Amino acid sequence: MFRLEKRPTPSTFWSWGTPVLAVILTMIAGGMLFAMLGKDPVLAIKAIFWEPLFGANASYFRPQLLVKAGPLILIAIGLSLGFRAAVWNIGAEGQYIMGALCGGSVALAAYPAESFLLFPAMIIAGAIGGFIWAMIPALLKIRFGTNEILVSLMLVYVAENILSTLAFGPLKNPEGFGFPGSRNLQQYPSAHNADLIANTGLHWGVVTAFLAVIGAYILLNRHILGFQISVAGQAPRAARFAGVNPNTLVAICLGISGALAGLAGIFEVAGPGGQITDSFNVGYGFTAIIVAFLGRLHPVGILLAGLLMALTYIGGEMAQLSLSLPLAAIQAFQGMLLFFLLALDLLTNFRIRIGGLI
Amino acid sequence: MVIGGIDIVLLIASMMVAATPILLAATGEMVAEKSGVLNLGVEGMMIIGAISGFAAAVATESPFVGFMAAAVGGAVMALLFALLTQYLLSNQVATGLALTLFGLGLSALMGQGYQGIKPPPTAKIDMGPLSDIPGLGPILFNHDWVVYLSLLLVGGTWAFLKYTRAGLILRAVGESHDAAHALGYRVIRVRIAALMFGGALAGLGGAYLSLVRVPQWTEGMTAGAGWIALAIVVFASWKAERVLLGAYLFGGVTVLQLRLQAAGIAIPVQVLSMAPYLITIIVLVIMSAPRGRATLAAPAALGRVFHASH
Repeated sequence: MFRLEKRPTPSTFWSWGTPVLAVILTMIAGGMLFAMLGKDPVLAIKAIFWEPLFGANASYFRPQLLVKAGPLILIAIGLSLGFRAAVWNIGAEGQYIMGALCGGSVALAAYPAESFLLFPAMIIAGAIGGFIWAMIPALLKIRFGTNEILVSLMLVYVAENILSTLAFGPLKNPEGFGFPGSRNLQQYPSAHNADLIANTGLHWGVVTAFLAVIGAYILLNRHILGFQISVAGQAPRAARFAGVNPNTLVAICLGISGALAGLAGIFEVAGPGGQITDSFNVGYGFTAIIVAFLGRLHPVGILLAGLLMALTYIGGEMAQLSLSLPLAAIQAFQGMLLFFLLALDLLTNFRIRIGGLI
Repeated sequence: MVIGGIDIVLLIASMMVAATPILLAATGEMVAEKSGVLNLGVEGMMIIGAISGFAAAVATESPFVGFMAAAVGGAVMALLFALLTQYLLSNQVATGLALTLFGLGLSALMGQGYQGIKPPPTAKIDMGPLSDIPGLGPILFNHDWVVYLSLLLVGGTWAFLKYTRAGLILRAVGESHDAAHALGYRVIRVRIAALMFGGALAGLGGAYLSLVRVPQWTEGMTAGAGWIALAIVVFASWKAERVLLGAYLFGGVTVLQLRLQAAGIAIPVQVLSMAPYLITIIVLVIMSAPRGRATLAAPAALGRVFHASH
């Protein structure tokens, strides 16, 4: 008989060991999944995890790693603060869209004026867009006790409809020959979020993501707010006795994650994406949830998890080209990873004892 | 009866069809939540039901087999969730999200090659002269069997929870798993059964989308229906009769906005298509205010991890 015995404190070894083990198990299970699809599992896993980094065309793919990891890390850092405090913002995708729309609108309104002030203005507008979109579930929760999971998720669909209205309407490129989508911001020097060092993928969004990692680390380890966030998540009653105002915490957690998701959105459309189209968003807001958990809600962990998840995106595209592996397989693969991680979490919090009662 | 270019009888009839997927999923989720488990993976279970039902129906040319396969698919997904949350004691919110993300990916993978295919039609039940009764006929006696099944399931769930001993045990487990455990009830088994029932119903709801309502397979076709089902459970204060009311109200809104789109009213299509989501938010606000009312109606052990130390 197996018996679970709760550990007095979570195991440090396993809290870092489980993500690694989860990745290995996902590779094995993913390999079986690919084998069922009639693909060589070893080749597929190699295409996903090895080729983008060390393969023949790696020099082309390596910059993509930062391009994809940037928004994932930025969003996941914000989400992790909330998840620690049991504030579940799962509508980051909507906040990402609203950030891109607000920031992009500033750029398109200013077109074709050139000014060094434009880019900062866009970034601020993007952050505000995401912030406001996240404050809707926050205020409803504070004022009425509405469930923030459902409201933030519903707002994703609302944001997608707003995006489609604007992309086909006011933001549409007047010189676009009827093609959908806005002007390409990559061709608008003042608004373009270009690579800081050419062909590295390192744009301002990636820099911001790194800053967010450092900021979150300091916040969680050295600041009273970080302490309050952790206490509120682990022991809500104790937190209230300690004078933590749960409402303020809801607003702060949702506000920060919304603003960061909005930033990710504007950096994306002003940089690698270039255009606001009705489908420019590719689900970073949802994948970031996996990144946050895979990184154990820890800033450094999220940094590594974001890079790993970016790798699976690029590797997935490579495997699609070389092995005609469907892109959806990667989505299933990422979901599987989260499952294994949550299942293995048991090892962090419990000891497994074999044998009967003591 | 025609108001503003919209036939009211047809509107009610199509409202029932539009509400059926959500009604099924919400009924199942309500039972799961009544047993004290919050499964946020409804969307994932629905979409797996949608594709497995679609694939099975296309392969066998039988919608009935399709619906059965969908129920099994949804239940298997729920079992996965149950193993993680009940035996491996994982966080229910996170696991539910994982189930949804995994389900969306897996369904897209399973759906390769099913795009653009028409499923075998689900026939309406022939009720002879009954369906010719003006007004009542099209509303009550002119549907396919799944619509009646969904109504039967809601009624059955209501009676099960209210009048049977097993229903009482299920509610006891959901209110206080420690007390139920002390009385000798198998908390984990009750919860697994409730979760799988919820999964099967979510699967049926998903298959109703892909086999009847749309009817074809497209990636991500549930488009938030599972989340709306979750919202309806809150709206219904965990009561079966109110789940029915909520789902039909919601179906009415969906159909009305589609009719308005078709009638070419001067409201942009996007504004109309975001209406169901906005209305869900508004309903959630109304149900939650004054602050915390929804929490009071919820099963007391909802979302809490059960770990019997002895």
